[in-house]
Amino acid sequence: MSALNPHDPASPLLLEVENLTMRFGGLTALDNLSLQVPAGKVTSIIGPNGAGKTTFFNCLTGFYKPTEGSVRMHHPQRGPMLLNQMPSYHVARKAGVVRTFQNIRLFPNMTVLENLMVAQHNALQHASRFSLAGLLGLKDYRQAREAALEKARTWLTRLNLLDRADTVTGNLSYGTQRRIEIARALCVDPLLLCLDEPAAGLNPRESAELNELLLYLSREHGKGILLIEHDMSVVMRVSDHICVLNFGHKIAEGSPQHIQQDPHVIKAYLGEEDKDTEEAAA
Amino acid sequence: MGLLITQPKGAAQRLKDGVGAALIALVLGVPMLGLATADVGGALAVITRWPLLAGFVGVVFVGRLFFQWLIDIFSLRKKRREQARPAVAKSRPWLTWIGFAALGLAVMLPIAFSGNRYVIDTATTVLIYVMLGWGLNVVVGLAGLLDLGYVAFYAVGAYSYGLLSTHFGWGFWQTLPVAGLLAASFGLLLGWPTLRLRGDYLAIVTLGFGEIIRLILLNWTEFSGGPNGVNSIPRPTFFGLPFKPDSDDGATFASFFHLEYSPDHRVTFLYYLILALALLTNLFVSRLRKLPVGLAWEAVREDELACKAMGINVTNIKLSAFAIGAMLGGFAGVFFAARQGFISPESFVFSESATILAIVVLGGMGSQLGVVIAALLLVVLPELGRDFSEYRMFLFGAAMILIMVWRPGGIIAKREPTLRLGAAA
Ligand SMILES: Nc1ncnc2c1ncn2[C@@H]1O[C@H](COP(=O)(O)OP(=O)(O)O)[C@@H](O)[C@H]1O
Ligand SMILES: [Mg+2]
Repeated sequence: MSALNPHDPASPLLLEVENLTMRFGGLTALDNLSLQVPAGKVTSIIGPNGAGKTTFFNCLTGFYKPTEGSVRMHHPQRGPMLLNQMPSYHVARKAGVVRTFQNIRLFPNMTVLENLMVAQHNALQHASRFSLAGLLGLKDYRQAREAALEKARTWLTRLNLLDRADTVTGNLSYGTQRRIEIARALCVDPLLLCLDEPAAGLNPRESAELNELLLYLSREHGKGILLIEHDMSVVMRVSDHICVLNFGHKIAEGSPQHIQQDPHVIKAYLGEEDKDTEEAAA
Repeated sequence: MGLLITQPKGAAQRLKDGVGAALIALVLGVPMLGLATADVGGALAVITRWPLLAGFVGVVFVGRLFFQWLIDIFSLRKKRREQARPAVAKSRPWLTWIGFAALGLAVMLPIAFSGNRYVIDTATTVLIYVMLGWGLNVVVGLAGLLDLGYVAFYAVGAYSYGLLSTHFGWGFWQTLPVAGLLAASFGLLLGWPTLRLRGDYLAIVTLGFGEIIRLILLNWTEFSGGPNGVNSIPRPTFFGLPFKPDSDDGATFASFFHLEYSPDHRVTFLYYLILALALLTNLFVSRLRKLPVGLAWEAVREDELACKAMGINVTNIKLSAFAIGAMLGGFAGVFFAARQGFISPESFVFSESATILAIVVLGGMGSQLGVVIAALLLVVLPELGRDFSEYRMFLFGAAMILIMVWRPGGIIAKREPTLRLGAAA
């Protein structure tokens, strides 16, 4: 993957993780992880529960301060920036790295549309001149608000949520809430979208739609996508590159075909089972 | 409260629950009611009062059954209502109509009750609490930050006017913006160190802040007059015309309009003044709620972490809620000082904060109309209860409990969305 370079027009390098280590007391949740994430491609992180995948996202997005190592974002306009030194809201606002959560975190008492408008807070707040122009209803602000509504409507349509726009999100089904969370993240205009188990709890039809969405976002919109997922039907179909974690170590990396045949991966995933069968045989 | 408000139960369970409560009453009642000491021929003797105890246990048993029955009815009804409720948030135009009707009534009130000073005075008090409720609603209802020291900002506003007017001769309208800014700075002062705190911890710190402000006012005698407070604060004038009996030094309100002087003029003027201030507050807060900052307040209440992931600077959002809430409290304080003409730390005790908070919670967190209804209840109920003298607070408490059982989310619990795609299209 050393072929990746920030100036390659087809898939410029977006994120560069170097020797990332995260320790919680005696527990090393991430151990010397290095990874490169390009734009316009889907990069997946897989691994058993407790492997450190969510911790990796938390380190990327400023929710945890990594013990060692660096996370560098190559912003096409603003140049390189170190995410591990930024507060979490800057990671989304300045670096354009936006995440979703493994256990969905919507604003449950607000409507779907309101959730999507909150995601556009910074642009709107700026246009409202810290509420002054907004209070007076000036034209600038009204236009910005129109634009924000239009963006929300676009993603609602794309994610098949338009008829839900004025519904309170807390009342909706799990699969729908997952889609809302993705739509909300898209409203922040991310360069890199980090999805933490977006297919968890989806039915087969919904997961097929998710596949299609991920390919659409990466191919048509050129967004970089970092995907944590257990559902192999999603991972193997959409990933361009897969990184396998086990106990915080990267044990393998490569294309889906390559990963499926990697002995380390097979062992990590089936290891426990193998032992059981051996014991049973003995 | 755990004992009082319980899950709905079936009849058999209700009976069991009643017997349980009766048993507790019996155990507690034996030493407290069943046995008493009496002076029998100069010596202390223990006498028994079993009939009284039996009566007490009986009352507890029946009362508990009745209470459970009430809860069952209310929660059943609520469940039915919830099942019937469609998922899509419906627009409720009747709420707006109630709002306008209430406004009409408020404007007409001094005319309908002209000359009845008691009614107009009470209505003025209600409006002060409405304004305070709307201010605190920004902090507690919208931003979800539990503030138990709100009265501190009220005090800052009141003392700003009290001191600036008596020492430097500032007028009401001159002081208003300054006092608002000062209260807002105190809001930031409180907000800054407490940003990391949530829930109970935040409540305790804000409670302490309220007490600190009160204690400073109480003890810093050279500055605030200490327990004696600030006296002879000038009353607001009608565009420079004072409400005074005719005198030689200049025109008064009565002489200018060729009216017979009456102290009612001032009372009515103060009423309309606070009505105007409260309406401005309402307009301001309703507009803010629809702006990005208002939406962000609510989002912070709902999920702080998700806000950060959306690139929102949660610190600034919380500080803005504290500052704006405090500013509105400060405005109300200026009015209070002008109305009373005298202020002392006694007016800014914790129970005031608690009352304002009760208005917000009872009204339904975030609801503007709910605040009005709750303020009316909280001010008028104790007034109506005056005939019941010592039972007054008991009745008041019972009414509060019933309301919270009936509507756990407050009188107007349902949140109104700030925008709709249908309407926006
Ligand atoms: N805040 C934390 N404090 C202590 N341990 C943590 C914390 N966050 C994660 N861990 C630990 O780090 C390990 C990796 O967790 P996580 O990243 O959630 O795994 P995954 O998402 O791959 O299932 C687990 O052993 C977990 O208990
Ligand atoms: Mg995880």
